[in-house]
Amino acid sequence: MSEPLFSKKNLKLLSDPLNDSNPITVQVLGICSALAVTAQLKPSIVMALSVAAVLAFSNVIISLLRNTIPNRIRIIVQLVVIAALVILVDQVLKAYVYDVSKQLSVFVGLIITNCIIMGRLEAFALGNRPWQSFLDGIGNAAGYGVILIVVGFFRELLGSGSLLGFKIIPDSWYIANGGFYENNGLMVLSPMALIVVGIIIWVQRSRNSKLIEN
Amino acid sequence: MKFIKNFFERTEPLVQKGAKYSWLGSVHEGFFTFLFVSKDTSKSGTHIHDFIDLKRTMSIVVLALVPALLFGMYNVGFQHYKAIGELASTGFFGIFLYGLLKVIPVIAVSYIVGLGIEFVFAQLRGHGIHEGFLVSGILIPMIMPIETPLWMVALATAFAVILGKEVFGGTGMNIWNPALVARAFLFFAYPAQMSGESVWVALSSTDKVIDGFSGATPMANAAAGHLNYSVADAFFGFIPGSIGETSAFAILIGALILIVTGIGSWKIMVSTLAGGAVMGLILNAASGSEALSAANQVYFSMPFWHHLILGGFMFGAIFMATDPVSASQTEKGKYIYGFLIGILAILIRVINPAFPEGMMLAILLMNTFAPLIDHYVVAGNIKKRMKRAKISA
Repeated sequence: MSEPLFSKKNLKLLSDPLNDSNPITVQVLGICSALAVTAQLKPSIVMALSVAAVLAFSNVIISLLRNTIPNRIRIIVQLVVIAALVILVDQVLKAYVYDVSKQLSVFVGLIITNCIIMGRLEAFALGNRPWQSFLDGIGNAAGYGVILIVVGFFRELLGSGSLLGFKIIPDSWYIANGGFYENNGLMVLSPMALIVVGIIIWVQRSRNSKLIEN
Repeated sequence: MKFIKNFFERTEPLVQKGAKYSWLGSVHEGFFTFLFVSKDTSKSGTHIHDFIDLKRTMSIVVLALVPALLFGMYNVGFQHYKAIGELASTGFFGIFLYGLLKVIPVIAVSYIVGLGIEFVFAQLRGHGIHEGFLVSGILIPMIMPIETPLWMVALATAFAVILGKEVFGGTGMNIWNPALVARAFLFFAYPAQMSGESVWVALSSTDKVIDGFSGATPMANAAAGHLNYSVADAFFGFIPGSIGETSAFAILIGALILIVTGIGSWKIMVSTLAGGAVMGLILNAASGSEALSAANQVYFSMPFWHHLILGGFMFGAIFMATDPVSASQTEKGKYIYGFLIGILAILIRVINPAFPEGMMLAILLMNTFAPLIDHYVVAGNIKKRMKRAKISA
């Protein structure tokens, strides 16, 4: 009980999912949303934050309830908790960033089905105390969010020539205006998101000696 | 010749492992075996082999591509001078020279980028240079529209070599034909530069085109319901199109070289053409249907064998579908593989208005399914033999 709040073990809960056990690139969870919402940077960021909120708080709630949930109905209980939190997030998004909420459309609702969340509840929150569960939730959401933001960055920059809606590539570069440049239409399509995620996995695996398989 | 060989022998110790220029090792070996027969003999297992190694195989494919390439160069000039109305006043060599100067940069970009990446990967992974890019490097320019910006060619080549080939482990491991991966990349990434009316004929902004000029390919016209080409032009290749694909005649010369030397599979070529013809006949039979639009009725009723000489069908059937790495490996599988390419290519090109040319997608799709076809051909053979074994027992 006397363990400090940010002991080495607890910090590892935060840092591990960023690299060694990243939910997207190592565990390959939550891929669908990584493909669907990353055509632009802004929705990627909003999605990352929404998942962070849902994941952290559902982890805490399930961790608090963990000794009272009957084992046979635990999945249903988890779903109720996640669904309630997702509805809250959805309402907040609608109230404060309506345009992004419209862009994300059904994918906010689909956070319920994000495998990362159920996975962390099952694998971690059911067996650990609330503070650790909270850190684990934040850590995993950050690992997920980092990938989302990196993918969103490249897809918006190369696919639309802008970042967060601001034009980065000067207009005079485009072929239509007598220049030489053209946006890469493939970047906007979701197959390219898969390829970008694949390249990230490739780079990560070649740099991280723990992940190199024989 | 002697002094080149001497040069390689003298420099060899310098590029050994641990020596000063060891990072040039795979480049050294690559150029040496390109120019001379490899000195290495096998150290175990089979000791008999001929000198037809991968490099020599690839060289013959390049040789087979030369007629189509030379004609492609001529046709680039031909289409240019036809568009500006100076065809009669320009001599044969003027026309050819114009095309040559237009095509050479595309080839140079493709080879420099592709081989550069191959060299880097060969050195990083410590293996010799694989010569698969010898063919891909010439195929890529030949399936591009002449007005494709060079940086796009470079980008597509890099994409194809890295993500179409090296990711899977290099030459011989790729799932898809790398040249078609490059084209598919451009087709979906920069559709405005890969289709439409303004990309097939080389024109600078100062050129004045003649009245009534349209840069559309016969395929695009046919999709719109206008069949305005002559069969002779389409067969010999005096029509707008990608650089190397227009002349069925020049491609068939290449096919002859491939078949005589035994390097290209005639089974794939024949079955692809048969598949295309069968699909053409099916469309002919359906052409009277009331449900079709007027333009589609015209397109459907186009004589079935015209499909084989228009667009990239012939080029794909001879040079792309027969790629030994990505095609079916089993003999029976080759018939199925080729036939389905033919069927799908014509189906996509006629039925789907978004894709005026379906050959690229058909081949890529069947590349994906080639291992599956092989699997069932082998399984079927095993089953047949098992049955026979039981009866005689």
